[in-house]
Amino acid sequence: MSVLLSVHDLRAYYGQVQALHGLSFDLNEGSMTTLLGANGAGKTTTLRAICNMVRSTGGIQFEGKPLTGKSTENIVRLGIAHVPQGRGTFTTLTVEENLQLGAISRKDVKAISGDIERMYAHFPVLKQRHTQQAGTLSGGEQQMLAVARALMLRPRLMLLDEPSFGLAPLIVRDLFNILGKINREDKVSILVVEQNAQLALEIADKAYVIETGRIVMSGNAKEIANDESVRKSYLGY
Amino acid sequence: MELFINQVLAGIATGAIYACMALAIVMIFQAIDHLNFAQGEMAMFATFIAWQLMQWGVPYWWAFLLTLIISFAGGVIIERVLFKPLAKAPVLTNVAGFIALFAIINSVAGLIWDFTIKQFPTPFGSSPFLGSQLISTHQAGMIGVTLALLIALFMFFRFTRIGLAMRAAAAMPESARLVGINTGWMVALGWGMASAIGAIAGILIAPVVFLEPNMMGGVLIYGFAAAVLGGLTSPLGSVLGGFLVGIFENLVGTYVPGVGNELKLPIALALIVIVLVVKPTGLMGHTVVKRV
Repeated sequence: MSVLLSVHDLRAYYGQVQALHGLSFDLNEGSMTTLLGANGAGKTTTLRAICNMVRSTGGIQFEGKPLTGKSTENIVRLGIAHVPQGRGTFTTLTVEENLQLGAISRKDVKAISGDIERMYAHFPVLKQRHTQQAGTLSGGEQQMLAVARALMLRPRLMLLDEPSFGLAPLIVRDLFNILGKINREDKVSILVVEQNAQLALEIADKAYVIETGRIVMSGNAKEIANDESVRKSYLGY
Repeated sequence: MELFINQVLAGIATGAIYACMALAIVMIFQAIDHLNFAQGEMAMFATFIAWQLMQWGVPYWWAFLLTLIISFAGGVIIERVLFKPLAKAPVLTNVAGFIALFAIINSVAGLIWDFTIKQFPTPFGSSPFLGSQLISTHQAGMIGVTLALLIALFMFFRFTRIGLAMRAAAAMPESARLVGINTGWMVALGWGMASAIGAIAGILIAPVVFLEPNMMGGVLIYGFAAAVLGGLTSPLGSVLGGFLVGIFENLVGTYVPGVGNELKLPIALALIVIVLVVKPTGLMGHTVVKRV
C-alpha cells in the first residue's frame, strides 16, 4: 500500500503557544486511520495544520507533493475534505444547497446531481429534509449532512474531527458503520480524530495515540485495542 | 386622491433608487460586516464616467453598459488595494478607510469635471407615461430598470453556482474555505457587483437631481435609511425598505404641514434612529448570533 498522506516533524502554534511538538505519521492509501488522545492532546490542531488553518512548520505531503504554503481552499481542491468540529454546516442554507456547496470546486458539473442522489441513498433522512434549512436539523442529521457534504467533493482523503461529538450512542454506531462502508466501497481514505477510542478502534485499521502534542503510541488498531496497559494509561477505558 | 396616487407613484420611482443604493450597501455589509460610506461617491463617479463617455459620442446604452463594466472593475480594484489589507483591522480603521475613500473620490471628481451642475440625459424621455399625468416615462423607466435588476440578482444568487458560493462565503467564511471556495475573491466580486449596482442608481437618478460631485449625498442617506429599515442582513428587506422610504418621504413632504422639501432629509435620519430603537434588526433582518 502506498502512502497517501505523510506528516513529518509537524509543529503548530497558537500565537506564542506551541500545540504540536514534532508530530510524524503516515496514512496509507485506502486506509481508515484514527488519531486518539485526551482533550487538549493536539488532535484537532493536527487536522487544522493539514489544511493550513493554523500556523505550523514541518513537512506535510499529500500524494508525494508538499502542501506547505498552500491556502486552505487550494488544499481542499486537491481532494482533502475536512469535516471540522461543530460540523461546519451552512445553517442558513438548505440541505440540498449544503450538498451542492460540497461539490462547488468540482469541474465536472454534470455529475453533481447524480452524486447528490447517491448521498440521499446513503442518508435517506437528508432526502426527506432536502428543502429544509440545515440549521433546523437535529445533531445527528447535521453530522450526516456534514459527512455527505464532504463526500460531494469526491475526496481522496476525508478528515473527520470527532464525528461522535454530542450524538446518541445508537446514532454514533450508525454513523461509524456508514463511514466504514464509504471507506471500503468508495475507496475514500479516512483520518478520524476521536475521543470515543473504543468505537474508533473497532473500525480503524491503524491508530496513533497523541499526548500533549507528541505521538506516544502507534500500531495496528486491533493490537492497540487489545493492549490493556495502553488502554488504561492513554485511552481511559 | 389624484395627488395621493401621484405622490405614491413618485415615491416608488425615487424609492427604486434608494432600493439600489440600499442593496449595494447590504451586499458589502454581508461580505465584510462594514457599511460602505463611500458607496454614494462611487456611484457618482460612475455616473460622471457615463456622462463623459456620452460627451465623447458613445450612444446612451453603450455608455451605460461600459460604465457598469468599469464600475465593476473599479469596485474589485478598491477591495483588492484598500480593503483586503484592512480585513483583519479594527472597525475604526475600516471606517477611516471608507471616509478617506469618500473624500478622495469626491475631490477627484471635482478636479476632473468641476463642481458645476450638469444636465444628464434620460433614455426614457420625460413625457407623461402612457398619457397619464401621474408619472413620467423616466420615473416609469427607473422603476422598470430596478425591478429587472432585482430579478436578475435574485436569479443569480438563487440559481448559479457562483451565487451560491458567494452566499456561503458571506454566511460562514471558514466553512466556505473548507469546501474549496476562495472567500477573498468572493468578497471582491461582491464589491464589484455592489459598485455596478450603485452605478445604475447614479445613472438613473442623475436626470432628476442633476450631475455634480455632491449629487449622491442625500441619496446615500436615504439608502442607509432603507437598508436599516429593511434590515442590514436582508437584501430583499433592503429593497422593500427603499420603496417604503421613497413613499414615506413623499407623503410626509406633501401632507405634513411645515415639512416641505427642506425637512425631508432629517426625516430620513429620524427614521434610522426610530428603527434602531424600536426594531434594531429591521423589518426582515435576523439577529446575528455570534459565539464569543
